Amino acid sequence: MVARAFALLLAIAAAPALAQDAKKEIQRYQRMIAEGSPAELYELEGEALWKKSFEQCDLGQGAGVVKGAYARLPRYFKDADRVMDLETRLLHCMTVQQGRTSQDATRRLFGNDDRASEMEVLSAYVAGQSRGVRLAPGASHPKEKEAYELGRALFFHRAGAWDFSCASCHGEADKRIRMQDLPVLSKPQFARPVMATWPAYRVSNSQFKTMQWRINDCYRQMRMPEPKFASEATVALNLFLTSTARGEPYRGPGTKR
Amino acid sequence: MRAFWLFMLFASVAWAESGSQKTQNVLQRDFQARGQATMDRAAQDGLQRLCTESGDKPPAEIAKVLEADQMKTIAFPAGSLIGDWRRGERIAQSGAGATWSDRAGVPAGGSCYNCHQLSPREASYGTLGPSLLGFGKLRGASPEMQRYAYGKIYNAKAYNLCSQMPRLGHSGTLTSEQIRDLVGLLLDPASPVNQ
Repeated sequence: MVARAFALLLAIAAAPALAQDAKKEIQRYQRMIAEGSPAELYELEGEALWKKSFEQCDLGQGAGVVKGAYARLPRYFKDADRVMDLETRLLHCMTVQQGRTSQDATRRLFGNDDRASEMEVLSAYVAGQSRGVRLAPGASHPKEKEAYELGRALFFHRAGAWDFSCASCHGEADKRIRMQDLPVLSKPQFARPVMATWPAYRVSNSQFKTMQWRINDCYRQMRMPEPKFASEATVALNLFLTSTARGEPYRGPGTKR
Repeated sequence: MRAFWLFMLFASVAWAESGSQKTQNVLQRDFQARGQATMDRAAQDGLQRLCTESGDKPPAEIAKVLEADQMKTIAFPAGSLIGDWRRGERIAQSGAGATWSDRAGVPAGGSCYNCHQLSPREASYGTLGPSLLGFGKLRGASPEMQRYAYGKIYNAKAYNLCSQMPRLGHSGTLTSEQIRDLVGLLLDPASPVNQ
């Protein structure tokens, strides 16, 4: 009995040290995967595709201009009369400009570990062309203001089979799911490093992942129905998050666990 | 008295109509059913709406009334509520179930370790909820404690209206038998949680 109590005491005393060690190990692992990131390979594939078929696509800085374009998204586009994020704009270029049917352009939005999707490699390339540029999403047009408010409302909106909002997991500092730290995405100091590194290569999936995917998969885990790709809701949420990270120099595409 | 607070509740909900209703309309337009995640899930129930509108801080008197309503949703089985802690541990470990990528009809997990510490043998636990290490050792396994643990898992909102914990029984995620097994994991003196 005494031995057992002593062992318990030892375990309690050792617990914070163990947690510290685990945290250090995770940080070491994160540095390691960032050094050997294959994100660049996706950028190269995207560059080839962009130069082949997207030189007429206007991401907000003029036809074909990719330098710094990603850091200024999402923003309002007059020709579409709506706010668009990168993927929504790429879809617009594929359908309206290239004349592809929406069914064709949306057939394979998210790739797999065998082969990335068009959206993924294009996102990698375009985002990479904003490295070093401060995030400055649209904030002046009435539709941009409206989208920001909608995004904020969605962030705190509780629904679904499990009653979750985004804030259920991303609302309080120093919390985690299993061993995964959770950023408080409604606060600038947490949103900045996150939004500056999406899209990203995700080691756990061995795939390059985009922001539309990130939002989609969060809602899946929230036990909600599926948000439609490029819908106003997804773009609004992206605008809210990017606006919260405003001013942070972009340094992606990143590498995530 | 109860009528007064109910009136206040409806008044506050009506007042909030514009904001939350607008967001709900957007969800109905911009989301789609997929697999078992049907569109009825996107519609807020009264509790979700009140918690959203009040920033998870509903007026205490209204919360008391609605918590009592949630309590009525809990079907307590007769007899001991302590099931098999070994099965409970497997249910606590599993994060599967209730998403559009899970097959309907396959038993779900409770996702317990996502948010709680339970067995000291599991080092990968979340911290969104309180640590439950030693839960039964500290509280015992009286019929009242069994009822509390069962009820809390079945419908956490009966005890704290805007709790972030899912209503695992009420939502149909876990069966009565699975919840009994989780109560076993929490309260059985032989469970690793209580070592």
